[in-house]
Amino acid sequence: METINFLITGVGGQGTVLASHVMAAVGLAAGYDVKKSDILGLAVRGGAVVGHVRWGERVHSPIVPEGRVDYLVAFEILEGLRWLNQVRPEGTILINQQEIHPVTVGSGTATYPDRGTVDRTLQVAAEKVHRIPGLNIAQELGNARVLNVVLLGALSALLSVKPETWESVLKERVPSHFVDLNLQAFHKGREWLQEGE
Amino acid sequence: MRVLLSGNEAIARGAYEYGVKVATGYPGTPSSEILENVAKYEEIYSEWSVNEKVAMDVAIGAAYAGQRAMVTMKQVGMNVAADSFFYTVYTGVRGGLLIVTADDPGMFSSQNEQDNRHYARFAKIPMLEPSDSQEAKDFVGIGLDLSEEWDTSVLFRTVMRISHSASPVELGEREADDTTPTPPLERNPHRLVCTCLWARERHPVVEARLKKMAEIASEFPFNRLEWGDRGLGIVASGPVYHYAREIWPEASFLKLGMTYPLPTALIQELADGVEELLVIEELDPFLEEQIKAMGIACRGKDVFPACGELTTSVIERSAAEAGILPKETVKGGRQVAPPDLPGRSPVLCPGCPHRSTFYVLSKMKDVVVAGDIGCYNLGALPPFDATDTMGAMGASVGVAHGFDVAGIPDRFVAVIGDSTFFHAGIPPLLNIVHNRGKSTVVILDNHTTAMTGHQDHPGVPVMLGGQPAPKVDIEAIVRASGVTDVHNVSAFDVRGVEKAFKEALAFDGPSVVIVDGPCFFVGPGSTGAYEADSDLCNGCGLCFRLGCPAIVHSEELDAKTGRAKARIDPVLCVGCDMCAQICPRQAIRPTESME
Repeated sequence: METINFLITGVGGQGTVLASHVMAAVGLAAGYDVKKSDILGLAVRGGAVVGHVRWGERVHSPIVPEGRVDYLVAFEILEGLRWLNQVRPEGTILINQQEIHPVTVGSGTATYPDRGTVDRTLQVAAEKVHRIPGLNIAQELGNARVLNVVLLGALSALLSVKPETWESVLKERVPSHFVDLNLQAFHKGREWLQEGE
Repeated sequence: MRVLLSGNEAIARGAYEYGVKVATGYPGTPSSEILENVAKYEEIYSEWSVNEKVAMDVAIGAAYAGQRAMVTMKQVGMNVAADSFFYTVYTGVRGGLLIVTADDPGMFSSQNEQDNRHYARFAKIPMLEPSDSQEAKDFVGIGLDLSEEWDTSVLFRTVMRISHSASPVELGEREADDTTPTPPLERNPHRLVCTCLWARERHPVVEARLKKMAEIASEFPFNRLEWGDRGLGIVASGPVYHYAREIWPEASFLKLGMTYPLPTALIQELADGVEELLVIEELDPFLEEQIKAMGIACRGKDVFPACGELTTSVIERSAAEAGILPKETVKGGRQVAPPDLPGRSPVLCPGCPHRSTFYVLSKMKDVVVAGDIGCYNLGALPPFDATDTMGAMGASVGVAHGFDVAGIPDRFVAVIGDSTFFHAGIPPLLNIVHNRGKSTVVILDNHTTAMTGHQDHPGVPVMLGGQPAPKVDIEAIVRASGVTDVHNVSAFDVRGVEKAFKEALAFDGPSVVIVDGPCFFVGPGSTGAYEADSDLCNGCGLCFRLGCPAIVHSEELDAKTGRAKARIDPVLCVGCDMCAQICPRQAIRPTESME
């Protein structure tokens, strides 16, 4: 069995760390050997965040080797573009349609990539690219913080693990009074991907 | 039960299962989560000590008292703790003593990339290195057993990639007697008093212990010879073992769990049984040099870099360049992403109390700033570019005094945070007073140890376990040190900060400015977003110099100057008011007052 390599990228505060943890725990519950590694930026908030998750029969390294990402789950457009080189040509990209501008862009010393560049780049980057309005879906549910679980729901539609496994892991991992909201977010994300863009 | 644990969670779990009674440490990436997780077990007394040396002494005291003890720190913390680390090598222990050092190959959050394996050899004690979370837990127990059996402290070295990675761990029950009270101290001054008269007798004991351990190290089950293809043999430990295993699934391996003293018989056996021997290790040629000293031919640092993390890709590329792997096996990344993407470097958060200090210091261009360890390191980066030096915990205060006695013509200040002041800033302040120095020391009191994740310290009225604690008053310490020119100013009063700095710098003697304001994450929270009035704003750009993520260029340009006006992101702004205070046109106000 080939190891499945996931890369989760985003900006501190978007909930990527919980997402990578859930993904690793789901892999374990589904019977895989798993490893996960989080690289957190220096900043508590607002820095770039990267999580590596690997599922396989026997996983050695906790980090995905260069160029071998099967699924890139990008929580933010710039942080998605930054890691495109690591995705296999036959890999899958899920990219949340949200821009968070670095301070250098806000203060005018750097430029955020424009829509045209983003679209052209994504077109050639991988075979399957899913542009997910994750923040909109989360906001429709009344809480922007469930963005991470919306994206997990979308990812789940591409994998063979049963939705019940995801649900049981989510129930363990999210705060008890937010379980229902998170399960809704999971299914909204899953449905969005199943129904097509 | 099998659960997913990070390396740090697994070390904490190991402390629980293997009967640790006392756990201490000082926060530092990548070690901080160990004690934070230990604190969840009420059977273990845990504390954030004031610095690593104190943490080491507390753990040593507990081990002398017969209890199992663990002390945790980041790699540079070992330098602070080293003085105490060395004496227990001579005294030995009663309860097991595990010293956990979390190294940072790749320097993800550190000022250097020092290889703490040298400490084991330097001090002549055994060292364990786990390669995943299961081993991280198991090795805590093995280390404590070794410590008690061999009457020595044991070094446990993790690295960022073990501490911050997660893998499955089989959980067990706690093995400890938590009901019997601690007996009176078994007195033994000939061992525990390291006066030269008695310590002299201990040195041969240390040498004999190490020799004996080296002789039987090949029998330890955690040093494992894995025979495979005889063409290539690899010696590796820690995460590097897994990277190499992934690249060479068929090769023969010596997987080391104990990396000091080395199992010489196993190394010899592997070397004799393979055509080529590779030693793959991060940072220094620690294993390689010892193996070569055994008269064994091997390749190591001539193939693999001494700097940075060794990932699968780095090892593959290096091996391919050296002709050990075919070049086509190296996949590497592709070139599909646009070049020159803007970076996302760390910044002071919206509402950060340090912002006023660095805004003012960046205006005072003639003032040299000796910086220190903490979030306020970001004062060295744009838009502030204010900090001139930064090296180690507490260094700012001594370095400033060095500027003073060397006679630099510039004005200068030391800038140090509250936790860092308690850690290592008090002795150099006393030194300034005693030696009639005239430095100005700025203490940024944000009521927490912010950078490592908001741990407590003596100025915080809560202990690690949540119990209330007395709050130590920084100003009282400063005054008791003999400083008479003391200014206490709110961090959120930009003009007040500037005035205090000017007065302190003008004082003919030692002076201290305490800039007081809580880190946003431990403070009262947002007071509501502000707004910039685009009719009043003329794009002067002064507010951009605060480096606040909430203040951005708006699309609108000022008709006269052609410069972008300011816009405040209502989601990010927490209403700290600093930008409103410095706006020369009073264009920035709380949102509600504009409605």
